[in-house]
Amino acid sequence: MTSDPNRFPRRDFIRAAAALGVGGAVWKAAAPAGGATVWQIDPEKCVQCGQCATHCVLNPSAVKCVHSYEICGYCDLCGGYLQPGAKDRDTGAENELCPVSAIKRTYIEDPFFQYTIDEDLCVGCGKCVKGCALFGNGSLYLQVKQDLCVHCNECAIARACPADAFRRIPAEQGYLLKTRRQGGPAQE
Amino acid sequence: MTGRTRILAGLAVLILLAARGWAEFRFPMPEFESGYEQPELHTPLPGRTNDLVDAAVLAAALAIAAWLVLRRRSRPGVFTLTAFSLIYFGFWREGCVCPVGSLQNVAEAVLDPGVAVPAAIMWFFLLPLLFALFFGRVFCAAVCPLGAIQEVVAVRPVPVPRAADQVLRLIPYAYLGVTVLGVATGSGYLICRYDPFVGFFRQGASFNLVLAGGLLLVAGMFIGRPYCRYLCPYGVLLGWMSRFAKWPPRITPGECIQCALCTDACPYGAINEPTPDTPPEPRRQGVRRLAILLLLTPVIVAVGGATGLASHAVLARLHPTIRLAERIAAEDAGDFAEMTIESETFRASRTTTAELYEEARRVRADFKGKSAWLGAFLGLVIACRLIALAVVRKREDYEADRVACVACARCFPYCPVENKDAQVESQET
Repeated sequence: MTSDPNRFPRRDFIRAAAALGVGGAVWKAAAPAGGATVWQIDPEKCVQCGQCATHCVLNPSAVKCVHSYEICGYCDLCGGYLQPGAKDRDTGAENELCPVSAIKRTYIEDPFFQYTIDEDLCVGCGKCVKGCALFGNGSLYLQVKQDLCVHCNECAIARACPADAFRRIPAEQGYLLKTRRQGGPAQE
Repeated sequence: MTGRTRILAGLAVLILLAARGWAEFRFPMPEFESGYEQPELHTPLPGRTNDLVDAAVLAAALAIAAWLVLRRRSRPGVFTLTAFSLIYFGFWREGCVCPVGSLQNVAEAVLDPGVAVPAAIMWFFLLPLLFALFFGRVFCAAVCPLGAIQEVVAVRPVPVPRAADQVLRLIPYAYLGVTVLGVATGSGYLICRYDPFVGFFRQGASFNLVLAGGLLLVAGMFIGRPYCRYLCPYGVLLGWMSRFAKWPPRITPGECIQCALCTDACPYGAINEPTPDTPPEPRRQGVRRLAILLLLTPVIVAVGGATGLASHAVLARLHPTIRLAERIAAEDAGDFAEMTIESETFRASRTTTAELYEEARRVRADFKGKSAWLGAFLGLVIACRLIALAVVRKREDYEADRVACVACARCFPYCPVENKDAQVESQET
């Protein structure tokens, strides 16, 4: 056993070494100075399984449907709005695909209709996304709304996502939006 | 490949790409005549992601905690700060990000140079450790929301038998090791996944987690801070720091009078009694045991490593790819009639089963070496614990255990010396 006068310098030495070690290791980790990142869904990978509605720590989910107007066909017969085999093409509840009636259909000019998402109602189930992907341009898709998201360290939906569609992106980017250029006809 | 086939292949790829591009747009964008304008997309940016405000609150809370424990020696003060932390870091900020979880981000960044840790998370990881290096585990005392929720339910703590305590205290090392293994192999963040109290903070979690949290809280009524003592992986790091703390909390402000009142006050079994005057066994016997243990250490580490290697297939199930591959194999063998959402998605994707199995093989191989390291680490931990138990440190007074003490300040008011000082002080003023 060491005697008492010896003990404290040793402790000091270990303390300094520990501080250096922790600081150094962490500095090494931090070297590529990371900015804040947020979770987002890659619409190209999403398979509309419906787990975004059920696995978010928030209720209702922070995942909402987003509508890229610039790639929408403004169809009268909208696969995202109307149930397959709907009786009429109108705003009747029995014709709507959305379980919470979060899509608003407005007439613009013959034969075009605009579809708007009411985010307060949307639960992020992705039913309309599936419909639009199957029969339309894919202008409806799911995104994490960054003002609602609580930015969990490990996103509970990302953990449950079967398609590995969640990833962290820089906070200032925030969204992975579909644009005309990205999904459009081959550029070359 | 000849030049012609190469050109043909290139053409095929181009056609495929073009077809894919067109497939997105079955319907052309309309040209409106009524002067219609597209509405703006509502894509608000995050309000508070960098959490630097939280890091500042954390620093302030740590400083106040250290001041309350070491200068004021005030249990009511510490408890008030505990309640504040429970409300702020727990219920208001919903327990995320916390220093306990931040160790995963830091581990990931250390292991993978491509990953960077945001500054706020770095502060969350470092500040409590730095404070522990100087003032002991004041973070545990009054700042950690997980500790706080257990602190308020500890109504009737009973002492845990020393032998059981020593064994249970090894669990956090295993939890830490498995967590780092999970991060190193890309299996996700286990601490966040199995955080038992975050469900209370958010008022929503899976049934099993709420049940686990509830059971821990009920257990916490009789066993002080069960999560902190027997599970918390960050507590391991804090213990490493507080072992060398410069000004750790001291039970008595003056001279210990050996009254043993403080041991009754400590709900966490963190007070060490003085060593008896007569040694419990001849010195020669103790030295021999220590020598044997030191010689055995490499053996224990090697056995640990071998055990880790042998259990790599089980540990590999932490990884979603392995779970998916096993599920697909079982489904193909006809063990399950139904598909899970994961296997359904996989079968609908363009990835082939062979590719999945190849990926699973790669992941398993990755687990092999890392599991062996985990086993060796745990072997080393066990060996160190045995050696620590074999070494008798001479203690003349009742002392707070540097590693186990969470600086809750409960023992301070029990100390007669403290009370005498307080009386003298009040008479003087």
